[in-house]
Amino acid sequence: MKMTGAEALLKILEGYGVKHIFGYPGGAVLPLYDAILNNPNIEHILVRSEQAGAHAAAAYGKYIGQSGVCIGTSGPGATNLVTGIANAYMDSIPLLAITGQVDSSFIGRDAFQEADITGITMPIVKHNYLVKDPKKLVDIIYDAWHIANTGRKGPVLIDIPRNVFEATVDFEPRTDLVKIKGYKPTYEGHQSQIKKAVKMINSSFKPLLLVGGGVNFSKAEKEVVEFVEKYNIPMATTLMGIGTYDETKDLALGMIGMHGMPYANYAVHHCDLLIAVGTRFGDRATGSLSKFAKDAKIIHIDIDPAEIGKNVLIDLPIVGDAKSVLSEILLGIEIVERNEWLEKIIELKSRNRMLLHKTALNPQLIIQKLGDMARDDILIATDVGQHQMFAAQYFKFSQENSLYTSGGLGTMGFGLPAAEGVALAAGGKKQVFCITGDGSFQMNMAEMATIVEHNLPVKILLLNNSSLCLVKQLQHFQCDKRFSEVSFTGNPDFSAMARSYPNMTAYRIENEDEIESVLKEAMSHNGPSLIECIISDENLVYPIVPAKKGLAEMIGVEKW
Amino acid sequence: MKYTLSVLVENRPGVLTRIAGLFARRGYNIDSLTVGRTEDERYSRMTIVVDGGQDIVEQVAKQLHKLIDVIKVNDITEVPHVERELVFIQVKSDSNNRGEIMDLLKIFRGRVVDLSKNSMIVETTGDCGKIDAIINALSPYGIKEVVRTGKIGLIRGDGRKN
Repeated sequence: MKMTGAEALLKILEGYGVKHIFGYPGGAVLPLYDAILNNPNIEHILVRSEQAGAHAAAAYGKYIGQSGVCIGTSGPGATNLVTGIANAYMDSIPLLAITGQVDSSFIGRDAFQEADITGITMPIVKHNYLVKDPKKLVDIIYDAWHIANTGRKGPVLIDIPRNVFEATVDFEPRTDLVKIKGYKPTYEGHQSQIKKAVKMINSSFKPLLLVGGGVNFSKAEKEVVEFVEKYNIPMATTLMGIGTYDETKDLALGMIGMHGMPYANYAVHHCDLLIAVGTRFGDRATGSLSKFAKDAKIIHIDIDPAEIGKNVLIDLPIVGDAKSVLSEILLGIEIVERNEWLEKIIELKSRNRMLLHKTALNPQLIIQKLGDMARDDILIATDVGQHQMFAAQYFKFSQENSLYTSGGLGTMGFGLPAAEGVALAAGGKKQVFCITGDGSFQMNMAEMATIVEHNLPVKILLLNNSSLCLVKQLQHFQCDKRFSEVSFTGNPDFSAMARSYPNMTAYRIENEDEIESVLKEAMSHNGPSLIECIISDENLVYPIVPAKKGLAEMIGVEKW
Repeated sequence: MKYTLSVLVENRPGVLTRIAGLFARRGYNIDSLTVGRTEDERYSRMTIVVDGGQDIVEQVAKQLHKLIDVIKVNDITEVPHVERELVFIQVKSDSNNRGEIMDLLKIFRGRVVDLSKNSMIVETTGDCGKIDAIINALSPYGIKEVVRTGKIGLIRGDGRKN
């Protein structure tokens, strides 16, 4: 079938079931936007900046389990996508980024809105393409989709010159499997390694399951439940692993790391076998590597062989998909009595709490209340800052795939567009709370307009302390309380601003006794709203694993 | 220690950039890198000499393998293989020592490829040790310029390890 390159792109996306794409038009992508006008099956979401489009598409993709799609025009449109692409790369989120490029005859001549986006994004994509030959466009799109959505997932960018969008291409939908010579991810774990893992687990007295984001992507939640509930193996997560198992359960310890749950960090320190799945042992999770799980043997299960041995020395590596490998291991392990270890876990949980300095309205308390009120019914997107850590610590996630946050890159401004993407992906069936701070919020607050336009059920829980308190906290401990450039004095009246958007409601919480009633009211109202909480700038995230210290050397733990 | 990686890649624009970028980004040291088309024009073979410990080289190989354009990575350091490097050396010489230098070149199976009044350019091929040796041998005469291709290598026979 003859059609334009732009039409073929949309046809292929349609074939993959794409319902929404996030983007921003411009000169180089005019032919694509013209084709969008004729396509009844794909809805285009007009964002307020390309970066927001990339974040929204990433969160959307994480929710539906296949890559979201974002579009930017050439030059600044493409460079604005860069932060979103880097964010997706660090958190292994599948994402397809389409950029327009100047006409191929102009490439290399510093044409208007020309930027070498394939060169710029090379270190932050799983793969990228510049399509110079229209005849190759169709195959490239199929390959790109395949790469983004298989193996260790990640962002793939296709840079398409205007004349390639306009060119006539021959398109037949492909039904064969995409095969790429240099790309063959391993899904099945090696049988002899799996046998060894079974042996190690059966002979361990103090095993601990450590779950990372890979378990979310692999949809291995059921296998995790079986490990914990059938075989009585306690589990902890990384930040990205949150939402794989109900944190209110006894053997769920929550997040490990720099601001991890005290008992989760202690459990890593005390265990004799760490079964780490789908985690890259990022430095925020491990603390000092030489002190990390130093009495434990480590089994590392990951789909990316390059992660094995990259940061932490491994006793038993298994390359493969989390779900496949865990289910194979479950076939072999036995129920072993480990009462002493389980008692120790319960004791660690009951005797160690996070230090909390009482302020007039503690953000920790607001998040805890939110969790208690709606744990099973809402999805959470966060920005980056103290509020992000409080959300990870106090919300107590119970549902699969319920947290959308920027882990590896730590991208302020991720939260609101992510909430937008997730709300859209969930088809309005779930309310999405965007937990944010006044610093992060102001980085992408223009997305309120997009949210209002689509009447998405996004509630912005804005913890406003008129400062950048996570940076301030670092300065408190590392710079001798010399606070440099962490206060905002010109913040707007956020509630008034929210109300200035059509059909957006705003609430304000200033005292503890208002938390429950305001949250309840906001939840009963289905449209978008903003809940501004006026909090102190004196809060500190505890516990803290100081720089170069091991996980067990936390400060800010209260003994009970 | 120096490790030699033989890397089969797609013969496409940008592949060299991806590989060079990977080394720079992850802080690996490239000692030398050569690239050229193979018997099949769709592919190129790179020979990369990396300086570092065993763990670093393993990481390099794994990271290379993650690149979509990389088809195969072989660490041939411990595998029986042939390796060669080509060098041009411009060395100072005049009619007084020309004969002496040419005698020396015989030992290294080198030859003269250019001659002028005060210098000559010699070429030779060999493994890296031999190239170092000829440069050392010629340095007393005064070396004006040296250019080396970097090592190329190919696994011998059926390619089993020692």
